[in-house]
Amino acid sequence: MMCRTDQVPEPGEGQDVDATDAVFTSLLEDSAEELYEEAPCGYVSTLMDGTIAKINATLLAWLGLERSEVVGRKRFADLLTVGGRLYHETHFAPMLQMQGAVSGIAMDIKTAAGRMPVLVTSKVKTTEEGEPLLIRTTVFDARDRRAYESELLRRRTVAEEARRQAEADRARLQEALAVLQQNLLPAELPTIPGLEAGSYYHTASPDLLGGDFYDLFPLETGRWAFFLGDVCGKGPQAAAVTSLTRYTLRAAALHNPDPVTVLTTLNTVLHERYTSGDPRYCTAIYGVLDLTGEHVGVHLASGGHPPALIQRTDGSADYLPTPGGMLIGVLPQAHFSATRTDLLPGETLLLYTDGLTEARTGPQRERYGDDALREFTAARPGHGPQALIAALTGLLASFGTGLDDDTALLALGVPAPLPTTVSES
Amino acid sequence: MDIRRRNNVTVVGREDGPVLLLAHGFGCDQNMWRLVLPLLTDAYRVVLFDYVGSGRADSAAWDERRYGSLEGYARDVLDVVEELDLRDVVFVGHSVSAMVGVLAAAGAPHRIARLVMIAPSPRYVDEDGYRGGFSAEDIEELLESLESNYLGWSATMAPVIMGNAERPELGQELTASFCATDPDMARVFARTTFLSDSRNDLRTVTVPTLILECRQDLIAPREVGAYVRDAIPGSRLITLEATGHCPQLSAPQATAAAIAEFMGAV
Repeated sequence: MMCRTDQVPEPGEGQDVDATDAVFTSLLEDSAEELYEEAPCGYVSTLMDGTIAKINATLLAWLGLERSEVVGRKRFADLLTVGGRLYHETHFAPMLQMQGAVSGIAMDIKTAAGRMPVLVTSKVKTTEEGEPLLIRTTVFDARDRRAYESELLRRRTVAEEARRQAEADRARLQEALAVLQQNLLPAELPTIPGLEAGSYYHTASPDLLGGDFYDLFPLETGRWAFFLGDVCGKGPQAAAVTSLTRYTLRAAALHNPDPVTVLTTLNTVLHERYTSGDPRYCTAIYGVLDLTGEHVGVHLASGGHPPALIQRTDGSADYLPTPGGMLIGVLPQAHFSATRTDLLPGETLLLYTDGLTEARTGPQRERYGDDALREFTAARPGHGPQALIAALTGLLASFGTGLDDDTALLALGVPAPLPTTVSES
Repeated sequence: MDIRRRNNVTVVGREDGPVLLLAHGFGCDQNMWRLVLPLLTDAYRVVLFDYVGSGRADSAAWDERRYGSLEGYARDVLDVVEELDLRDVVFVGHSVSAMVGVLAAAGAPHRIARLVMIAPSPRYVDEDGYRGGFSAEDIEELLESLESNYLGWSATMAPVIMGNAERPELGQELTASFCATDPDMARVFARTTFLSDSRNDLRTVTVPTLILECRQDLIAPREVGAYVRDAIPGSRLITLEATGHCPQLSAPQATAAAIAEFMGAV
């Protein structure tokens, strides 16, 4: 309600008007001078060189100084802590000179009790011709705000430290896992006269040890053993079984390389080891290559593993079935079946784990499947194991996120004889 | 590497004029020269740049170890001088850059012919009879304040601290303001600046040198100006009728006149 003091009061309104008058009068007594001196913020005006020309009572009270100690005697920067003074000289003053105004800069002023965080805003007053005359500055109490900011900064520092620690831990873990993983696979395949070999291992996750494994190693002269398999599960427990499996297979093969015997030994070891509480089992193909005859003889047995595939020289590919082979390590007595074949020059034997055939492809996320693998292999020219591995590596890469399991590949083959130059008629 | 882009190099002024290379100090960037620049461009070819870690230099080129020593900044100077194939350069360095210029001149005497040192200080900390103007505790206080990021940084630095990817309006505000700096890089520059001790380097200066100081400078007091003059044989010290640490801003006319006189005098 607006009231004018010269208004004649209406009957019955007299008291209200008197009360309002009193409020208004007290407002008028709030002179510009008092408003300046007792404002809830500090005011200070300085010459362009910073010498203090005028300062209000609020700021003097914060500083614990008398007006006579300050006006004409101190410069604005003298009111600041050393850190604030350096900041003022290197940042604040230059920006003020360049822009004519600076707002909301946090600094600390020196007080009788020590220091007080404030927010400073300054503006240069100029003559009508644009010549700078003086600097007007307001100083706001920022104690609560600064405490809050400090807390935010402290938490950010703590969070960053935690993140750094977590990243370092993760890097260390991954390094340890990579070393362990390498221990489950041969560093490189041996060089075998008259035989070419290729392999590939895809790790689905750098944080989890995979359960796939393969190896190729010598028996007696002219005979080599190979295996490839997949332990159920992932992680350290699976890796422990993988390690046990690999070294059991190698030891068993040296004792008696017959494929069914070797897998039966592995079954006994795994079953004995993991029967209680935490059953672990694997699937594997184990076989022997005989390079002593006219052709390379292959004798292999499978325990629950996807069948090996043979890439022929005539542009076809066939699975090598081993029916009835049981999972290894599940039952105390397991039956494995073996099969034999010969590898002709130019033919390649491919062993793989089901990460390849179980990969999801296409918009429908369909299983890649055995037929697709056979067609893919048949469609490749018979350029030997390493060329086939390279082609399959490209295939795996093309699956992208559809490939979510570890995948091991091992290819063995007999190099085709060098084509003799034949003049075409 | 594109040095012009990395150091945000600007070349202005008279094309066939003598070359002035203006190097900013800690706290800002080449904007520090904006008031004095128009007074120089008629007579001189003026080259400006930002050190990596300051202004609009390429922050991807930042390397905490390199820019943790003044030699790293001197390398920036030499990179610019070599990239533009400048010779007979008059290096004008403000504040810590005056010392960077001393190192650069020692590294490329055939390219840097003269030095102008504005408000230089070879050592900010008092010790063993030397008076730099600050105690070790004072400098620690500044550095701690910068470390904790909250001295004077809330307003100007907030956009950087918060990361302005989600808030492009903050980024615009930042690019509109001068002297915007990444706080982490500024912290390294501050530490390098205020803890350096270049007193021995002054004695390596063999080129004609002009020292400009202000009548009242909280960062580089008068004793320090006299110390620098005494340490560089044949150097000349001029005390400008100016206050503060940045005479190129508070007294651009006097600063430009002193430089011009020095250019004509030698």
